[in-house]
Amino acid sequence: MRVLGEGVDVVVVGGGIVGAACAEALTRRGVRVLLAERGPLAGQTTARGDGRLLISDKPPGPGLTLAMASLRRWPLLLAALREELGPARAACEYERKGGLAVAVRAEEAAALRELAAAQRSAGADARELTPDEAIGREPHLTPAVRAAVHYPEDARLQPVLAATALLAAVRARGGEIRTGVHVLSVLTGADGWVVGVQTPDGPLPCGAVVNAGGPRAGTLAEAAGASLPVLPRYGTVLVTAPLPPGTVRHTVHGTVAGGPPVVVGAAPGGQVLISSGRRRAGADEALRADDLRALARCTAALFPVLAGVPVLRAYGGFHPGTPDGLPVIGEDPRHPGLWHAAGHAGAGVALAAATGELLGQLFTGEPPLVDPEPFRVARPGLGLAEEENRCP
Amino acid sequence: MTAPPRVVVVGAGPAGARAALAAARGGIRVVLVDGEPRVGGQYHRHPLAEPGSRRLHPLERSVVAQPRIEHLSRATVWALEAGPRPGSHLVHLQQGSADAAGRTQRTLVADALVLCTGAYDRVLPFPGWELPGVVTAGAARALAVGQRTAVGRRVVVSGTGPFLLPAAVSLLTAGSRVAGVYEAGKPSRWLRNLPAALRDGGPALLAELASYAGALARHRVPCRSRRAVVAAHGDGRVEAVTVARLDARWGVVPGSERVIAPVDALCVGYGFLPQLELPLAAGCLVRDGRVVVDARQATSAPGVYAAGEVTGVAGPVAAAAEGELAGLAAAADLSRACVPAREAAAAARVRAGRRFAAALEETYPIREGWRSRLTEDTLVCRCEEVTYGQLRDAVTDRGADAMRTIKLTCRVGLGACQGRICGRNAADLVAGLLGRPPADTLATDRRPLAHPVRLGDLASGPDGPPATC
Ligand SMILES: Cc1cc2nc3c(=O)[nH]c(=O)nc-3n(C[C@H](O)[C@H](O)[C@H](O)COP(=O)(O)OP(=O)(O)OC[C@H]3O[C@@H](n4cnc5c(N)ncnc54)[C@H](O)[C@@H]3O)c2cc1C
Ligand SMILES: Cc1cc2nc3c(=O)[nH]c(=O)nc-3n(C[C@H](O)[C@H](O)[C@H](O)COP(=O)(O)OP(=O)(O)OC[C@H]3O[C@@H](n4cnc5c(N)ncnc54)[C@H](O)[C@@H]3O)c2cc1C
Repeated sequence: MRVLGEGVDVVVVGGGIVGAACAEALTRRGVRVLLAERGPLAGQTTARGDGRLLISDKPPGPGLTLAMASLRRWPLLLAALREELGPARAACEYERKGGLAVAVRAEEAAALRELAAAQRSAGADARELTPDEAIGREPHLTPAVRAAVHYPEDARLQPVLAATALLAAVRARGGEIRTGVHVLSVLTGADGWVVGVQTPDGPLPCGAVVNAGGPRAGTLAEAAGASLPVLPRYGTVLVTAPLPPGTVRHTVHGTVAGGPPVVVGAAPGGQVLISSGRRRAGADEALRADDLRALARCTAALFPVLAGVPVLRAYGGFHPGTPDGLPVIGEDPRHPGLWHAAGHAGAGVALAAATGELLGQLFTGEPPLVDPEPFRVARPGLGLAEEENRCP
Repeated sequence: MTAPPRVVVVGAGPAGARAALAAARGGIRVVLVDGEPRVGGQYHRHPLAEPGSRRLHPLERSVVAQPRIEHLSRATVWALEAGPRPGSHLVHLQQGSADAAGRTQRTLVADALVLCTGAYDRVLPFPGWELPGVVTAGAARALAVGQRTAVGRRVVVSGTGPFLLPAAVSLLTAGSRVAGVYEAGKPSRWLRNLPAALRDGGPALLAELASYAGALARHRVPCRSRRAVVAAHGDGRVEAVTVARLDARWGVVPGSERVIAPVDALCVGYGFLPQLELPLAAGCLVRDGRVVVDARQATSAPGVYAAGEVTGVAGPVAAAAEGELAGLAAAADLSRACVPAREAAAAARVRAGRRFAAALEETYPIREGWRSRLTEDTLVCRCEEVTYGQLRDAVTDRGADAMRTIKLTCRVGLGACQGRICGRNAADLVAGLLGRPPADTLATDRRPLAHPVRLGDLASGPDGPPATC
């Protein structure tokens, strides 16, 4: 890291959950941070996320490792925020309610058991249940359930509350948060190092930039001359009227009769949130009735009791996806001083705690909480051209 | 596509019914969709008590007699989507009683869409407004006219706008005693504009208002301006209200508070809010809370027209004129056979209506002083029981600065009404707290799911565009 006489050490671009987590981790380490957000705080993807902190849906590999680290990190981080900010300003509805993955058809049941076994050998807490045990835990589940796995570590929080709590800590530590600031490009000095960012109101000097632009992270990277394949994929959510407590107890996901995988879980107010595991590529933001119907069909098959429940709201948002499904966390070797924390797809809330921590550790040279290799910009899975990846 | 073009009109109030008739007379097939059992909208409310008698009022008779109109009653549009051709739309609707599961799902292809979804009345929050017995003036009138039932025996009416008068009269007709009508504004300014108002609003409307005023006078109902109910009191139900004099900004004049008791109902109405979810879903430009239309009622979205109170509030006559123009324009654009004389005549009436709407708005503005009546514990959102203190904390403590994130931070507008009642008020309060309007004021009006749909009904729906289109 370089310390500049003028300006801040780091400009974090993006006030979503990932940018907030990075700014929190950096300010905790004494780094001087300015967070620049073009729109409202936590107003983009983070305001669309369901806030599920899941390991259940992650196949073994670096994604699962990062998720496990993040799920263990979240309660510690929240406890520290509570200490620092007081309970009211740190509250974010965190609840370790556990997850349940279920399968109805024979081939899906076999695949689920196999996945759970592999997750277990990777160190995840994934407990196979008999159908009776599953219905004991989740009484309104379809009796047709054939296989079920319980994930006691799966949790939930409210992403906007979590992001605003992280940002409150940043402010409390003297970090600056500016909204309505669109970062247009990254400025470099004669030696190729970052010296600031350009905004419509002029440059903001800094020693490093963290690109946490969510689905638009690729745009900023492009403007900095370092292309990054973060592509938007559209996902849809249904929200029901509040139901009596205990109607849906875990975050349940499953696939029924060839439909899209659905994730069903209750918020603290009793509303059930239903989201789809199937996403549409492209930047088209329109809600499609067919997507809603497919979601409804699978959900009604998993939880027949929900058929009579009114859906009050439907919305969607863009998942910032990468070609290999893993986020990008670390400094860009093509562009010294430019860091990325992006491409978290449908798990940015879950992964934010570990992402911020990892970035903070890499930035200050501490030992990292997980192996950073699989998340590097220069990994083969991002498909960036060979010569672009070479170190300067 | 070889099928003849089709216009779908959503809303069968004065605007929608006129739009359907005009388009049908232009030779176009029309589907007229409305959530209510009968044609007429808010103005032509029907006594539901005698469904057998089916006496049709003239507007209804014309619709029934027009063979090119298919009227889908009790049919609620819950979503709009882009259709197979440029400018066309898929209209997703459900038909049947709202109380029961198993509503029929249907999807129509609309070559042109006329949105006439009307408005609903606005309530400003004040301490005690959540008590049972506090209702909107519109709901009280609907109950009185539609079901011949009074909301209470001794009722106070408060708010702003000329609609308070028919609401109060409907209460008298239903057998209530009206203990007072308190108009927060100063409509005597209206008198200054009287000649223009007569020209633009039409003598019939002013005569109607005069007849309401006469009825209230005959019943010795006290009608006061620059006064409003600033608090409601009661144990489990409204039993008394505090009325106060207001200054020019609608702040309470100190010492002017007076308690009126006993009362068993309070009707509140602060003008109307256009029903914007379908126009927003269709991508129509909305400004100052109204759908923006051109001189032929076309919105900014290709193939979409809007008429009636979604474009501004000027009463049923103006709504009908806009509907007529929208129907003519939609038919002309689809068949490329315009009837300039009829369009011109309708357009002249529409222009008068717009002037009248502007005069109404100028005479009955909402002043920011209402915000000062809120205390820490005053509910802003009744569905989710969000207090003013919680809303303020979301902005000041959490730094949430947009309606979307404020909603998620303190749950304002996330309940059963999905922000229909509280969304605009919350956005105004937030503007006061931020010192500027939030960037996404319309976030609380955006409801891609325009109406609740039961999960099982949604699951039963047909996939894809309908085969016959
Ligand atoms: C429907 C849906 C459901 C989801 N459910 C879950 C879930 O249950 N669990 C989970 O873990 N994840 C879930 N996700 C995914 C999760 O929401 C995202 O991965 C996460 O919010 C990404 O956070 P972010 O901070 O990277 O992006 P964002 O929240 O989009 O934040 C990026 C910010 O950067 C700003 N920005 C971009 N470019 C610039 C610029 N040049 N200058 C200034 N500012 C800029 C943007 O305005 C934006 O505010 C879901 C996503 C969707 C869409
Ligand atoms: C409660 C109430 C009472 C009123 N009473 C009077 C009065 O006494 N005197 C007076 O001069 N003015 C009155 N007004 C004003 C009156 O609304 C207008 O003057 C006139 O009715 C406006 O006509 P419109 O066609 O624009 O809308 P409306 O008459 O409101 O018609 C809109 C129609 O659209 C339908 N609709 C909306 N959304 C959907 C959807 N998604 N799917 C299907 N259908 C939908 C509604 O069911 C409704 O029938 C009242 C307004 C309200 C809200």
